Amino acid sequence: MCLSIPAKVEKIDGEMATVSVGGTIYKTSLQMVDDVAVGDYVLMHTGFAIQKIDEEEAAEALKTFQEFEEMNREMDKEQQA
Amino acid sequence: MKYIDEYRDRKKVQQLVKEINEESKTPITLMEVCGGHTMSIHKFGIPSLLPSTINLVSGPGCPVCVTDRSFIDQAIAYSRMPNTIITTYGDLIRVPGSSSTLDIEKAKGNDIRIVYSILDALEIAKINADKNVVFLGIGFETTTPSTAFGILNAKEKGLKNFTVFSAHKVMPPAMAALIDEEVNIDGYIGPGHVSVIAGTDMYNFIPQKYGLGVVVAGFEPTDLLTSILMLVKQFESKQPKVENQYGRVVKPEGNSKALKAINTIFEPCDDWWRGLGILPESGLKIRNEFAEYDATKKFEVEVEPTRKDTACICGTILKGLAKPTDCKLFAKGCTPENPVGACMVSSEGACAAFYRYK
Repeated sequence: MCLSIPAKVEKIDGEMATVSVGGTIYKTSLQMVDDVAVGDYVLMHTGFAIQKIDEEEAAEALKTFQEFEEMNREMDKEQQA
Repeated sequence: MKYIDEYRDRKKVQQLVKEINEESKTPITLMEVCGGHTMSIHKFGIPSLLPSTINLVSGPGCPVCVTDRSFIDQAIAYSRMPNTIITTYGDLIRVPGSSSTLDIEKAKGNDIRIVYSILDALEIAKINADKNVVFLGIGFETTTPSTAFGILNAKEKGLKNFTVFSAHKVMPPAMAALIDEEVNIDGYIGPGHVSVIAGTDMYNFIPQKYGLGVVVAGFEPTDLLTSILMLVKQFESKQPKVENQYGRVVKPEGNSKALKAINTIFEPCDDWWRGLGILPESGLKIRNEFAEYDATKKFEVEVEPTRKDTACICGTILKGLAKPTDCKLFAKGCTPENPVGACMVSSEGACAAFYRYK
């Protein structure tokens, strides 16, 4: 039940935000997070945004995969050569 | 960026599996202690992708599963009080108490309502000022701050008819208890969303005291496989430590606002875990300053004696000492439609995950 889902902030009204999870609209409280703006992604759990999703970190994790993919491809090439 | 599709990419999964195969030499048992991980692992068929050297076991990561049956009995007793509305997460509604469930009590006419958030329970309290609204607070670090904010909001709004019946628990004492009890594990797949709130520093004692690695993991297939790879590398190089694979949401220090709210409302207490017994400082009770929001302080009810199980081996499964299929009730006397133990009720329970995806 700790499962939390990424949601995109569509509208902010005081401490409450309207967020979208793949098009489904929810209301969520922003009491636990700072500096959230429209367009940000947050992690939502039982009606509360519990954390902003760090775009840089998310991109970084993906970059590591891509570099790894690249490295593998080069190694495959070397083996074939 | 959608944050999901990229983490399910087939090619990336294949590469990770390849590297795990290359790195893993010694047999190793890894435990996940988060119900969400249990679900993801079985949903995505992670065990079938791993070499025979890696054994994955589920631990006490489902709050519903580790909650004592007497909690359900007491919640049912509250639901039988006059002028009372029980508000609860859906997870609890079908969990068997000693002689009934909240679901059965609801069918009998008791006012029991499923809510998605404690904020909904506050709304119910606001429009039913002549009734007592009791919210059943269960869950680990992830869920506890919302209960804390619920109580803070109730106080701010001056709601006098709202109380919480808390069975909130914290995870690290259970992780330590399993090692103390000599459950054979070599590393923890650390809970992702628990750590969003509580941070990663709280696990430092595990490598330091017990020599076991902890990798805090996300919930997508590549998250889980990367975390398993990190644990394998730690194990093979004999360098156990706390690592954070889920950095896109988990910070070492956690969420300070959420932690502050928890500490304002709750204080640690000894608590009972199914399978593990009483663990020191593993539970959270509402502080005396907020006693007016504590159902156990506000209401006195007579609770029936707790019935003990016979054939159900939930406790042993929660300790990772048995797989659900080892239980003679599994898929016979005990199914998600007709559950005997809590591990089959909650979709995050090991038994329910096994039943659904095997």
